[in-house]
Amino acid sequence: MTPGGDSRPDPQALLRAAAQEGRGRLKIFLGAAPGVGKTFEMLQEAAARRREGVDVVVAIVETHGRAETEALTRGCEIIPHRLVAYEGRTLGEMDLDAVLARAPRLALVDELAHSNAPGSRHPKRYQDVEELLAAGIDVYSTVNIQHVESLNDVVAGFTRIRVRETVPDRILELAEIEVVDIPPDELIERLQAGKVYVPEEASRALGHFFSKSNLSALRELVLRRAAQAADAQMLDHVRALGVGGTWAGGERIVVAINELPGADSLVRAAKRLADALRAPWTAVFVETPRTQGFAAAEHQRLAAAITLATQLGGQIATVPATDVVSGLGAYLAEARATQLIVGKSQRSRWFELRHGSVVDRLVRTTPGVGVHVLPLERRAPARPVRRTGSWGAPSGYGWTTLMIAAVTAAATQLDHILDLGNVGMLYLLPVMAAASLFGLRTGLFAGIASSLAYNFFFLPPVGTLTISNPENVVSVVVLLGVATVTSQLTARVRAQADLAAASARTNAVLAGFLRELTALKTEDEVRRTLVAEIARLFDRATVLLASEGQGMTVQAASDAAHELGALDLAAAQWAADTASAAGRGSGTLTASEWLFQPLVGGDRVLGVLGIADRRAGDAVRADQLPLLANLIDQAALVLERFRLEADMRGLDAMRTRDRLRGALLSSVGHDLRTPLTAVIAAADQLDHGATPALIATLKAEAARLHRFVSNLLDMARVEAGALRLAIEPIDLSDAVTSAAHDARTALGGHDLRLAVPPDLPLVRADPQLLHHCLLNLLDNAGRYGDPGSPVVIEGQHRYGELRLAVLDHGPGLPPGKEALVFETFRRLEGSDRAVGGTGLGLAIVKAFAEAMGIAVEARNRDDATGAAFTLVFPAALIVREVG
Amino acid sequence: MAARILVVDDEVAIRRLLRNTLERDGYLVSEAGTGSDALAVAAAEHPDAILLDLGLPDRDGLGLIPLLRADRRAILVVSAREATAEKVAALDLGADDYVTKPFDSEELLARLRVARRHRDAGERQTAVVDIADVVIDLDRRLVRRGGAEVHLTRKEYDVLALLARHPGRVMTHDAIIKAAWNASEDPRIEYLRIVIRNLRQKLEAPEPVGSLIANELGVGYRLRG
Repeated sequence: MTPGGDSRPDPQALLRAAAQEGRGRLKIFLGAAPGVGKTFEMLQEAAARRREGVDVVVAIVETHGRAETEALTRGCEIIPHRLVAYEGRTLGEMDLDAVLARAPRLALVDELAHSNAPGSRHPKRYQDVEELLAAGIDVYSTVNIQHVESLNDVVAGFTRIRVRETVPDRILELAEIEVVDIPPDELIERLQAGKVYVPEEASRALGHFFSKSNLSALRELVLRRAAQAADAQMLDHVRALGVGGTWAGGERIVVAINELPGADSLVRAAKRLADALRAPWTAVFVETPRTQGFAAAEHQRLAAAITLATQLGGQIATVPATDVVSGLGAYLAEARATQLIVGKSQRSRWFELRHGSVVDRLVRTTPGVGVHVLPLERRAPARPVRRTGSWGAPSGYGWTTLMIAAVTAAATQLDHILDLGNVGMLYLLPVMAAASLFGLRTGLFAGIASSLAYNFFFLPPVGTLTISNPENVVSVVVLLGVATVTSQLTARVRAQADLAAASARTNAVLAGFLRELTALKTEDEVRRTLVAEIARLFDRATVLLASEGQGMTVQAASDAAHELGALDLAAAQWAADTASAAGRGSGTLTASEWLFQPLVGGDRVLGVLGIADRRAGDAVRADQLPLLANLIDQAALVLERFRLEADMRGLDAMRTRDRLRGALLSSVGHDLRTPLTAVIAAADQLDHGATPALIATLKAEAARLHRFVSNLLDMARVEAGALRLAIEPIDLSDAVTSAAHDARTALGGHDLRLAVPPDLPLVRADPQLLHHCLLNLLDNAGRYGDPGSPVVIEGQHRYGELRLAVLDHGPGLPPGKEALVFETFRRLEGSDRAVGGTGLGLAIVKAFAEAMGIAVEARNRDDATGAAFTLVFPAALIVREVG
Repeated sequence: MAARILVVDDEVAIRRLLRNTLERDGYLVSEAGTGSDALAVAAAEHPDAILLDLGLPDRDGLGLIPLLRADRRAILVVSAREATAEKVAALDLGADDYVTKPFDSEELLARLRVARRHRDAGERQTAVVDIADVVIDLDRRLVRRGGAEVHLTRKEYDVLALLARHPGRVMTHDAIIKAAWNASEDPRIEYLRIVIRNLRQKLEAPEPVGSLIANELGVGYRLRG
């Protein structure tokens, strides 16, 4: 819904263009009627492409024995048909897998609208074609205009022939369309000359179909549809470029769908209007109290209309309300709709007089909205459908009868103090009670029964059902009237309460679900909660799958015992690959008893939710589909949030690494050049004679270089995650002695004191890594300790852990920032001495120690005479007494 | 006659440094820059010891060790590789010692002397080894410190004797454990560590740890000599 004047590229259009990249291209040869020569035209063009060197195969083409058509297929590779036995006949179907395996550049697939034999992967051939396109194979196909979904009604309207095989408009929208056109007269001639293949059983019906007026109308439709396709492609192009300004002024279309036959034609009409206005559209179903009483056939029609709207690219909304008019009115206002399409059922005049026309009330309640009224055709006896519920429970009648009997008995007893009129008043009690407790019909029954009882027992002549006094007729009428009015009122109140409760339930479910989801910490919990909640709310078996490597794996299931067969997994895979529903109740792989719904987050499928009825019923009731979609959307949002957070964390880590790398380069330069400068200068001095001082400088600086390069290598190993631990039991006195030996140059000028008891337990560690830790700690102490001060290594075993500390005498660490010294490239701030070093050493201590499970601590000595660095070996690393 | 040392290293600068160091100490020096050169020179000149770099251009030095081995010829690996696995592998293949680059020239010469002495003494396994104030009499299975006999457990003696028979040479953990423990005894490094600790308690204290038995990180132990 790009506002006018905005020149940003429309993301939807860009997405569509991007989706085309890497996909095969579809070209459709569109004709007005059979016999115009679509197949011939397609084969001719394919032959031309083949001459250009394009790899063309015939996936499926019906030549109907025509020689000139057959001649065109000659020389072209033909993929053998897949033979399917069906009801005693053998049908030849396109072998989709063979074509996919052959992977030609261009495949020829005749009759796009064809329905596949039962048991095929997809019910419809256009779905096969979509799969070919997704595999990057170009496809040429043919279709007649009456098979185009949104024109299906229009064509049926004037030809009186309705075709069941339709192709969704979206298929045509992504195709290049070539119109195959011949004048109607010529087509009729060809038909009469027997040049048009017509199936035997259809020939009579087709006789009418091929009238000149019909053919002219069909031809016009073809040309208009082709022009519209060209228009749409141009618009996509314009929008992708961000030229803007082509979106028609904010039109928004709403179509009210219902359970009546013909709801599908309303949806198609909305699609046509939306296409013409280039506007978004929504199919709205208003859920009223009547909805609960729908019969199975009504549920199915409603589901079909909803599915059709989805297929045609519309949005779906369900609005709970007490009546259609108020629900629609509220939705229209909220959605800022500009056009409304409603169907007008052909009700009796009497019904309209009594209830007022829905359309009239709509027009009055929704000013500013263009209302399009289409007649709903009468294809099936729509009403009345017998409803068991509205008659009321039999027990209600029993109670009513009892009440009336009680009132009659009481009135008989009180006969001497009550006059006739008051007795009539008494009868109002059971009538009102029955009407408010048990509904309209029971109330009416109470009214009639009361008036009969009143009449029989009290109105003269008593004991008969005749009324002598005309005034008493009024009493009977009043009783009936009260019954009617009371029951109507209470029924309405009850209906409103029921609806409010239902709506509150739905909202509570959604709110509760969302609350639960947002409290979860891991993706896995979200998945498990989603599955458990849906299984509970819908009382269905539920699983959640995700693509992993080659196939789908179950990530959560409401019951571990759910078995998914190969067919189910194929449907799940399909749902994941295409981001659309598959399985029972969808358009694809319907033989699976599971319905698979994708969880779409951003531009990818995060998982596939499978839902099935263990009692082999519908996977989900049609009226529950919106709730299911809502729940899935919420879960997908939360999962998507986790994914984005993970991405952000990855990005943060990368930024930190980049920052560190920059710091590394600058400090490496410094730390390598300083000792090198000293070495080079000392070497120059050697020409004038070697002095012990010069030699000492050379040795110390070279050792410093060596130490630094070792640290760089160690850090590189840590960063690359290439630490290989060789853990073995170590005697810390050995480790300390080795470190003290190797650190003697770095510790020049410091006195090293070892306070490591010889009976410390052995610890498990990697001797090399531990050695490097100790070397770096000693190096650090030598660098930051006051010159000439002692450095102490102290070992202690107490409270189950073993602590090895390196203590220096010096300025210590800046208070409050002790732990920061372990960060890479952190130098000791607050120290007034400029001491070289990248701080790599302490970072390596931390990285190595933690790799071995050893904790590191940095703090100032208790007596504030310097810093103390401690390696803390937890109990798990300490070897219990051996020997 | 001065001993002849073959220096195998592909870096001319290292070869020159080693030649200077060795000649100053009175050795004769031959050089080889590749593995095949090393084999040819070793066959022609029968060097008494070989300083071998592992990273050679034509083949891996580890593979050369068995080919260059000969009686009374010490092999010292001089390499920049510091992984303990490499060291253990070199020692297992028959190298006498392992020195990592960068090395201290004096320490290298000392290690070379120890390795050669060990090779010379290699045949007489029974002897009296005398280090500082400790005397180990391998014939009589006796250990004295400062003249007084030190009582050792059987395991302690076995470990010490193995180290004493190769004074100055690194014995790998595996080699020591194999020599001193039966296969049925669940040999574990933990036990070796405790034995070494006890030996040090009896033979080193109050001198610092490692004054008699030196530890090679992750590789094994050697007796100072």
